[in-house]
Amino acid sequence: MDATVINRAIYAALEESVGGEFITVMVDAFLEETTQLLDALKQSLSTGDADAFRRAAHSMKSNAATFGAMQLSEQARELEAIARADKMSEIGSRLEVLEEAIKSAIEEIKDLVK
Amino acid sequence: MKSAHKSGHLLVVDDNKVNRLLLTHNLEQQGHSVAVAGNGKQALEMLRTGNFDLVLLDIEMPEMDGYQVLEACLQDTILRDIPIIMTSSLDELDSVVKCIEMGAEDYLTKPLNPILLRARVNASLEKKRLRDEQRKLFRTFATAEVAEELLEKGFSLGGKYVEATAMFTDIRSFTSITETHAPAEIIELLNNYYALMFGAIISHGGTVNQMVGDGLMAVFGTPIHREDHCEQAVLAALEMLDLLEGFNQQQAALKKSQIKIGIGIASGKMIAGYTGTEYRAVYTCVGDAVNLAARLEDYTKQAGKPILIDRNTCDSLAESIAVEALGPVLFKGKQQPIQIFSVTK
Repeated sequence: MDATVINRAIYAALEESVGGEFITVMVDAFLEETTQLLDALKQSLSTGDADAFRRAAHSMKSNAATFGAMQLSEQARELEAIARADKMSEIGSRLEVLEEAIKSAIEEIKDLVK
Repeated sequence: MKSAHKSGHLLVVDDNKVNRLLLTHNLEQQGHSVAVAGNGKQALEMLRTGNFDLVLLDIEMPEMDGYQVLEACLQDTILRDIPIIMTSSLDELDSVVKCIEMGAEDYLTKPLNPILLRARVNASLEKKRLRDEQRKLFRTFATAEVAEELLEKGFSLGGKYVEATAMFTDIRSFTSITETHAPAEIIELLNNYYALMFGAIISHGGTVNQMVGDGLMAVFGTPIHREDHCEQAVLAALEMLDLLEGFNQQQAALKKSQIKIGIGIASGKMIAGYTGTEYRAVYTCVGDAVNLAARLEDYTKQAGKPILIDRNTCDSLAESIAVEALGPVLFKGKQQPIQIFSVTK
């Protein structure tokens, strides 16, 4: 398992702050929302809706940071900045890279919550 | 968990489910009751119907964003009293600054730090509680208008010159039908008396700023300036006498104690401001006119007239108010004799 995807200290602090049981509720919400946000990113990229893209990237950045997925959060932050600058043409393959980061993060979080 | 008196009814506004869950869970663990809204529009609807103590508001949201909600709340005379803590990511600090400048109470960065969350929320709730108390206190002593002015402009200690009218009122004597005054009866009598006097003063735009024993001091024309402060003070005094007459008739019918009062009124330049400390301050006026009003009130007994006023006040009255010149009187501490006037009904 690649331990660099999720920052363990951040995840542990989150787990401690919400208490043992509630972390599973949080993880479920994260998984659910991440799927929705990825769909929203793909959808808004295809329609060229920079505002919707920016908002979805913003939420992705926030959620990833909450769980300690710092690399994913940083990638989402870059996407948000691109959309804010209305330079949608510069997104290129970044969304595929983000999708890979999402997969790794989800995999590791699922392991952690077991 | 903090003690129960610090818990509040909070509204968490965030379009992001993970954030909503995290905030709600933390706040509930801290003893608060929490409602959630997923966007700004829903938040405003809930705020208008619910009774919230505090709002945690996300900036970036669909439908209505945090700015729009904040702006709508600040423009609403009821909602603007609810403190709003903005929640944002670290790289949105520019937006946060804008919100604080607009009037947001505080901010928290996401991901959330539970310790900071607790501290900021409790501080905001405590500030709101103090503001609510101040507002309640002000409304007891002044018009709602004055109370709002004081709350908005804050309590900067320090004075300024104002043109205003000072009024002193004291109970001249208790005349009693029954010889004995039970303590409870005296207190009830005083409370009724004060309620009547406050009503008359406040309805003429005055502010009661001191109560000492059975006496009280009021000012007209400050903290909110009005041109007709002299006349309003005299009209208030006349109304006070009227109300007291009715009250005394009632008391006589019940074979209870009656009250006679003396009122002294003087106008002119005075220094107005808050004196005390930041934590406990009173709005006070000082100056020659204030001293004179106190002397006039004291002199009512000797003059045998219930309302005495100075020349400044007299000169500003409408002709419909009957005034009798009592001639010059030399008061203690004054170099020159002073023209005094009695107001008659």
